[in-house]
Parts: sequence; structure tokens; C-alpha cells
Amino acid sequence: MNDDLILLGHGSGGKLSHQLLDELIIPNLSGVPAAGQNDAALLNIGGVKLAFTTDSYVVDPIFFPGGNIGDLAVNGTVNDLAMMGARPLCLSVGFILEEGFLKSELARIVTSMREAADAAGVAIVTGDTKVVPRGKGDRIFINTSGIGALEHNLAINGAAACVGDKVIVNGCIGDHGIAVLSAREGLEIDSGIKSDSAPLNGLVAELLPLGEALHVLRDPTRGGVATTLKEIALQSGVTVKLSEESLPINPGVRGVCSILGLDPLYVANEGKLLALVAPERAEEALAIMRRHPLGKDAAVIGEVTEASAGRVVMETAVGGVRGVEMLAGEQLPRIC
Amino acid sequence: MQSETVRAAIEIGGIVQGVGFRPFVYRLALRLGLSGWVRNTGQGVEIEVEGEALQLDEFRRAVRDEAPPLAVICQLRAQPVPATGGKGFAILESARSAAGGEVSPDCDVCDDCLAELFDPDNRRYGYPFINCTNCGPRYSIITGIPYDRPATTMAGFAMCDDCLAEYHDPGNRRFHAQPNACPVCGPCLTLMEPSGAKVSGDALKRTLEALSQGKIVAVKGVGGYHLAVDATNQAALERLRQRKRRDEKPFAMLAADLGAVSRHAHCSELEGRLLLGVERPIVLMRKLAGTSINELVAPGNGWFGFMLPGNPLQHLLARGFDAPLVMTSCNLSDEPIAYRDAEALEMLSGIADLFLTHHREIHTRTDDSVLRLYRGEPLFLRRSRGYVPRAVQLPTEQPSVLAVGGELKATLCLTRGDRAFMSQHIGDLKNAATLASLEQSASDLQRLLEITPALVAHDLHPDYLSTGYAAALGLPAVAVQHHHAHMASCMAENGLEGDVIGVILDGTGYGADGTIWGGEFLVGGYRAFQRRGHFAQMRMPGGDAAVKEPYRMALSALYSLHGDRLFDQPLPVVSEVALADRPLFLKMLEKGINSPLTSSCGRLFDAVSALIGVRRRISYEGQAAIELEALAEQGGEVEPYPYRVLEEWGQVLDFAPAVAAICADLAGGRSRADIARAFHRTVARGVLEVCRRLKQETGYVRVVLSGGVFQNRLLTEEVADLLADEGFQVYCHRLVPPNDGGLALGQAAIAGAMQARG
Ligand SMILES: [Fe+3]
Ligand SMILES: [Mg+2]
Ligand SMILES: [Zn+2]
Ligand SMILES: [Zn+2]
Repeated sequence: MNDDLILLGHGSGGKLSHQLLDELIIPNLSGVPAAGQNDAALLNIGGVKLAFTTDSYVVDPIFFPGGNIGDLAVNGTVNDLAMMGARPLCLSVGFILEEGFLKSELARIVTSMREAADAAGVAIVTGDTKVVPRGKGDRIFINTSGIGALEHNLAINGAAACVGDKVIVNGCIGDHGIAVLSAREGLEIDSGIKSDSAPLNGLVAELLPLGEALHVLRDPTRGGVATTLKEIALQSGVTVKLSEESLPINPGVRGVCSILGLDPLYVANEGKLLALVAPERAEEALAIMRRHPLGKDAAVIGEVTEASAGRVVMETAVGGVRGVEMLAGEQLPRIC
Repeated sequence: MQSETVRAAIEIGGIVQGVGFRPFVYRLALRLGLSGWVRNTGQGVEIEVEGEALQLDEFRRAVRDEAPPLAVICQLRAQPVPATGGKGFAILESARSAAGGEVSPDCDVCDDCLAELFDPDNRRYGYPFINCTNCGPRYSIITGIPYDRPATTMAGFAMCDDCLAEYHDPGNRRFHAQPNACPVCGPCLTLMEPSGAKVSGDALKRTLEALSQGKIVAVKGVGGYHLAVDATNQAALERLRQRKRRDEKPFAMLAADLGAVSRHAHCSELEGRLLLGVERPIVLMRKLAGTSINELVAPGNGWFGFMLPGNPLQHLLARGFDAPLVMTSCNLSDEPIAYRDAEALEMLSGIADLFLTHHREIHTRTDDSVLRLYRGEPLFLRRSRGYVPRAVQLPTEQPSVLAVGGELKATLCLTRGDRAFMSQHIGDLKNAATLASLEQSASDLQRLLEITPALVAHDLHPDYLSTGYAAALGLPAVAVQHHHAHMASCMAENGLEGDVIGVILDGTGYGADGTIWGGEFLVGGYRAFQRRGHFAQMRMPGGDAAVKEPYRMALSALYSLHGDRLFDQPLPVVSEVALADRPLFLKMLEKGINSPLTSSCGRLFDAVSALIGVRRRISYEGQAAIELEALAEQGGEVEPYPYRVLEEWGQVLDFAPAVAAICADLAGGRSRADIARAFHRTVARGVLEVCRRLKQETGYVRVVLSGGVFQNRLLTEEVADLLADEGFQVYCHRLVPPNDGGLALGQAAIAGAMQARG
């Protein structure tokens, strides 16, 4: 392996991504107010508190059960704002199109972006379109940036987890990653697995009244629940203990994962959030989620057990306790 | 008859360090009433003994004939020196080890203490914590240095007057015996219900009664808790298997003496000596037909693992019970062995009916060591209690290295000068408690051995937890390719330098090219290696899932032969897969979805094991290959199957023709034992063929055999014999396991060599 080159794993959201960020990107971008390790930067402009974020979408295939690259690009950025507890206001969109891309497909994508923006209650207010020669891009890449209003004084962020917090997820994990994988590889499985791509700002708005009890919100996208929880554990300096048996997983996803040998804990989601809530309000948070259409299958999946250097462990179904780590890239065999 | 007093200086060369040689000499000298001393030197061991001439002759004979089984004596020179009239026999510090101390392993009760233990008139009659300077717990109870009572878990016990008198009397066997204790002042046994309630009456007697009623008793040993149960009681064993969640791993047994072992297993003279060694390991021996040991002890396995009592409590239990007792590590699935009282009670409350415990704390958890014999030589499967932390001699001095091993059978290695200290078996690091214990052991060992490593060595695998641990230490780090480390491990313990051919037959390890290796022909030495050949690659459908479910490897092998017509083959392994799942399996193999390519030899054994219906899913590591070997043992004298060697950028050893022939044999109804036997033979032939070619290319005749597959006795013997017959010098493991338990030694040697000459 060549240490001088960017590898696919640098974009996996796992250990390599973090390394690239910490060793190359952030040090060389000093002076830029970074978002820290959170989903969006918090800005105070003339006394107005704003959240600001950006994200690029390169998903292959661009159409998949449950959505396409367009609604994903809207929901993803809406969710990054929502995870800071901000109310998403408006988005920008940048298209990079490959020469030869079908106009009809672009139309489908743009239409679903419009629909997703309406559903989330945000406006797409500015944009840009570039075309690159055939072979210099893969049909369509989309970048979206977004601004949201922070209308409270809560400090919801990855460093705010406290010992005792319950970890709640708003539904079944792994749907998006498996739906995209099935579409990309033509797995032809009739398990009805669909991407969970959805805007979470509505659900977050209902959780905000929990106030100070709401410590962390994070959407477990690339790298899945495992990677996101590890980030939170590291940022907060705590140990998170998961219970394998309490993880909500669709039977279809569980089945495909078990045949493919994939761990759902590392599979991407696009309509899920992890909420870390003070224990005395956890039941209430769970009830709020379950009343919401995007939280019907919400479950408490773990808790913060102690202060530490940042560990995630999982009580397995057979009664052991295993460590949960970020992966460097793909899931690779480890057993000798 | 009175003979004159003489003194002799004896020099012994060979593998005599790190094998328990000095304690052996010490005991021998005491037995024969000789005075003098023994110490390690750069070349081996140096002894001076003084006493009656006849006894000295007997000493010279016994040093050779009764040497510890792991020792190899290459030369023994004795010459007379003037008698000094000195008294007593001492183990002297070697001049070279002045830079830092060593820590003694835990040791079985000595003969003197054993006699006292069963002497009704002795004040320690039946006392399970009897020990003296010659025996007893060491490594497991030491918390710091210097080795003194306050730096052991005996610190909380104040000696009574009688014990103190012994402790301060230079003429007494217990002079400065740090764990010295007696029923008045020392720890005592308690028998508890899972609720923590104390069972009244004599704890030992009640325990023996419970065992004879088929109860499962957690017994606190030297290095951790064991689960004890009557090895002849079917119902009790069923309960234990079921409570341990259908685990099929063979259970080890405790037998009172060699006679008892011989009633159930073929126990050779050498196996007997291994069993009787002060280290008291588990020794795997072939099952005897018609034994009263229940099949559930070691299902599907041709071997029994036995140990003899290794501490006073086990002596008392074994003598008090008339059948062998299962003595299996007390743990749940992948959890490490329980060793703290509260934790054991919590972890085992659903498993054990009773707890036989005491309040001498275990500081360092050490599992039992496991050995088997092949070609008349001992081979470690796990090197832990009794052997650890004895040093392994390295070929040269090197900078101090901390090597952190692999992931599944993690051990550590710390080096100082030309000595390498291997840690106890730490276990599967994916388990959170095991990872914590790796960190604890690393800092404990550095402190106890007074070693400050200059660099850290770790595996190349980016996601091994040991890799992450190494990176966080802030020391200069050396990433070592997995199979290079296996090769170097075998070289180091055999004292080899220069370049060799390494035949590394293994499960899976991360390769230098990012693929998964495991059937490798390497050429090189410590500082560098070339991959000059490997087994043909197969897909591992599902990654780690393919390790736990060997039928996946069978499907993969069939896919290589038949492509998408794989499910049309009239084979049992194919019909196992649900119709609905077949398209997904095909896609996975076609597109390589989570199906990395591997050249693993272990996975090939898995494929064949599943193919012929031995084992399609496993409940413990290596089960498919272990049961395949057991089946092959029953096979006749058979011809090998065809294979081919493709010359690409290196030698690619392809067993696809063998797999095709096996399928034909299965259809033809050939005996599965013969098929299994022929397969073993085929792999051995293929290995020989590639080695021949490498010898032609390089001129090298030294071949080291390493990797987890070399735990397979049948294959190891075939490979070693074929190579030796063609004039190769074959080197196998003898001091550390060929599996990942020996990896850290190789990592340390490689890192040391790169640093020293880099
Ligand atoms: Fe290995
Ligand atoms: Mg994002
Ligand atoms: Zn003793
Ligand atoms: Zn006493």
C-alpha cells in the first residue's frame, strides 16, 4: 500500500477518514472556524445564532429503493443541521454532471430534491451546475450546503454525553446501506429493504422540549451506529455500552447481513438519529419518538456507563462483552 | 558403603534455558544430597556439584535422562575440581541477567510439601495453600518488585509465630518463602452458593459430595477459576454443555496420577514426563477405546486433554474423587477466564451450582498451558501457566521491544538483551475485558521485569485492536506482516540467523498487498522477506463469517470449479443452503461482495471439512480442521490427490484438482476417512513440491514450519518427514506455539533486528 495516495477507505467515514481530516485537512485549513467533530458549525452573526453545514453526495447507484441521490442530498444536509438542534432554513445545491448524462434522469433527481425540500420545510435558494467531460466524473455528484437557526440555548453536541445517559435510536438500523448495496450489485432480493432516507428536523423539533436533558443528537450515516457512537464516546470521554439484543434491525436487513457477513452496526443510515438523553427523561424521549412517524420502532439500545478515554462496548447475545471500534475502511477478516 | 567426597564442574549446551532446567538441577541435587550451584551462561548452563562420588555419577546420568521434556542437551562436559566443603545448593543469578530480574512461573507442590499435605500429623495436613521456597504460586500472585511478601497478594495475611519462625530460619525449607502460610494464619477455603451464601461444614468434603452428585463446581485455582464436574457423568456434562451455551470445545480433565491417565488415554513415557513436570500443563493424548470417560467431554475429537494436580487444592480434589474431573476454564464464550471473586460469582451464577473459593487474590490471570506431542517432540498449543514468564533465548542481543501479538490468541513479548519474555495467553481481544487485560499485562510485565521498551511491534492489520493499542503507546512502531512474524518466531526460538525458507500454513492474516494471506512460502530472514509462493486464492464469502461457517468455504471452492453451476452439484454441502439464499450466495461470489480473496491454508482445510460433511459450522476456533484431522487418523495408506503448481510471479499451489477429485470420491462412496487422509497427504506433497522449487531458486535448505495449521499433528509429521527425506533441514516450534500465541516472539525479533542493524 502506498501511504502517499488517497485510498477509498479515506472516504469511508472510519478511521482513515478521521486520520485524513486530523493530519492533513484541518491543520492546513487553520483559521477557518471548523465545526469541530460535529455535523455543522455554529456561528454567531450579529447576535443571531446559526448552524452551517455542507456535504457532497456521490452514491452509486443514483437510484435505489426508497430514494435517489437527490433526496439524499437534501435530507443529509437537513439532518446535519437538525443534529445541532437547529431549525433548517435554506440550502444551496451544486451539481457536477458528466457529459452524456440523461436529462430525464436529472429531471427525476431535481424533482425529488424539490419534494424532499418541501417535506423538510426548507428552501433551496442558490446553486451551481458544472459539466465535466465523459469519464471525468460518474454521471452526477451533488453538493448541498445548509443554514439553520438555533433558537435555544442548549449545547447539543458530541462532547455533551454524560454518565447515565440512555442511547436511543429512532428505528431500525442498516436499511439504507443494504438497499444501496442491493441495488448496486443487483442482488435481486425481494425482502422489501428500502433506504430510510428522510428529514429528521421534524422529529428533532419534538425532542427539543426535553431541554437540558437532551445531550447529544447524531445521525449515524457512513460507518453506521458503531462509528458514530465511537466518535461520541471519544468526544465526550465516556464509555458507551450497547446491548446487542436491543438493536432494532429489520428481518430483511438481518437476513442479508447474516448471509453477506456484514455487521449492521457498521452499515449506513440516512433517516436515523442517535439521541443521548439523561436517564430521568429517557422514557419520555422514547415516547415522543414512538409517536412520530419516523420513530415508530425507536428503542433504547444502550447507555453511558462511565467516564473513560472513549470506549464503546457491546453486550453480545451470548453474554460476552466485546469492544466496538471504528474500522479503517471496509470490514476485513480478522480471525486467524 | 562410604565413598570419597568429590566436586565436578559441568557445562551443558543445547536448549537448556527457559525450559525449567535450573529448578530441575536444583531438585536433583537435593534428592541426591549434593551441594553446589547452577547458573545460566551465554552458552547454556553451568553447574558445580559436590558430594559422594557414586551420587555424582548418578547426577550425571539423571541430568541427561530425566531432563525437563522441553530441554535438548547437545553437549555435556564434566571435569573434576577441588572440593570446597560448602553446604547447600543454590540457583545463582547469571552474570548477564544483572540488568534486570526475572520472575518465576507458578509451580506445582514439591514432594516435601506434598508429603506434609497428606501427613495427618503435620500442622499443614490437608491445607490447600501449603508451599515453600521450592514450590507454589509465583507469577500469578506477584504485584510488584522486589519479590517480597508485601508485593504479593499474600500481603494482607500476617504470618503466625510458627510460620514466622520458619520464614526467618535459614535452615528451613520455608526460609523467605514469600507465600508461606498455614491454617492458623493463611487463606482458607469457602464453599458458596451462587447467592453468596456460605455452605456449612468442611468445604472440601462438601465439594467432593456435590461433585459425586453431578453438581458443577467453580473452583478457584492458581491462575483463575475452573469449572469442575464428574467426567463420567453424562447428565452433569449435558448440563454443563448446555449452560455454557452449546459450546463443543473439548474439556480438559484432572486425573489423580499417571495410572489414572493411562486408564483413559495412550500415555507414552514422554507424555508422562510432560504431565509430571512442575509446570503441570494439559497434555493432549489419544483416547483409549472403551474408556469410562463420557463422549461429551471431547466430542468428535480423537484426543483427551489431561493434567495432573498442579496445586495443593487440586491434589486434594483429585485424591478425594475416584474418577477424572473435568477442569475447564471458567468463562463464557469468548470472555477471558474468571479470576476475581466477585466477577466469577456474577459471570458464573447461571453455570456453576457451587463456588469453592478462598481469599488469596489472583493478581495475574493465567490459563492452563496445553501441549501435544508430534514426532516425539513436545509442541505448545498454548503456553501459559507454569511456563510464563520464563525467557526464550534469542539468537542475538537486540534493543528492548514490546511486541503486542495478534488478535485472537493474543500474547505479549518483551525483550531485554538476548532474552525474550512471552506473556501468558491473553485471549481474544475483541472481547472488552481481554483488551483491558492486554493493557494491564503489558504494564505489569514492564514493571516486574524492569524493561522499558524502545519500540513497539504490532501486526500489519489496520483493525487489530492490538494495532490500535500499539499506536497509542507513543513509541516508535514497527508494523510486521503476520506470516513474516510467524516465520521469525520459529527462527528465533531455534536460534536461526541468515535467510531461510518459511512455510507458513495459517488461518488468515493481513497480507502486505492488502489481501488475506494464510498459505505462504516466504524466503528471507528477520529484516526482510519475499513472498515467493502461496496457496491459490479463494474467496471468503462473508469475511469472518466464512471462518465460523466452513460450508461457505466449501461453496467457494466449488464456485472455483463450477462457477454459477455450483448449486447443481449433487453434494450434501450444497443442499444445506436454503433455496431462497442461493442467488445471494452466487452474487456474493460472482461480485466478490464482502468476499475477500485469501490464500489461506486453514480455510482450505475448512472447505474440505465442510465438503465431506465433517463440520459445516464451528463452535470453537479450528474445530473443522481438528475434526478433519481426527477423521484422517482413521484413514488407511492412500495415494495423494492431484494438485498443480502454477508459475505466475511466484509459485501458486492450487488444490482445485484435489477438490474435484474429492467430489468424485464422495459421489463414488469412498470412505470419508480415506478421503481426509489423502487430502492431508496431498497438501504435504504440494508443500514439498514448492519447497523443491524454492531450493532450486535460492539454494536454501533450511525450512521453518509455522502458522496455526501446524497444530495439526498428522500434517506436520507428513510435511516434516517429506522435507527431511529430501535433505531439507526442518525447524519446528518447540518453545512457543505455532499459532498466533507465538506471533509476538517473531514480531519482537523482527523489530529488534530492523532497529539494531537498520
Ligand atoms: Fe496466524
Ligand atoms: Mg454529514
Ligand atoms: Zn514445597
Ligand atoms: Zn501460620
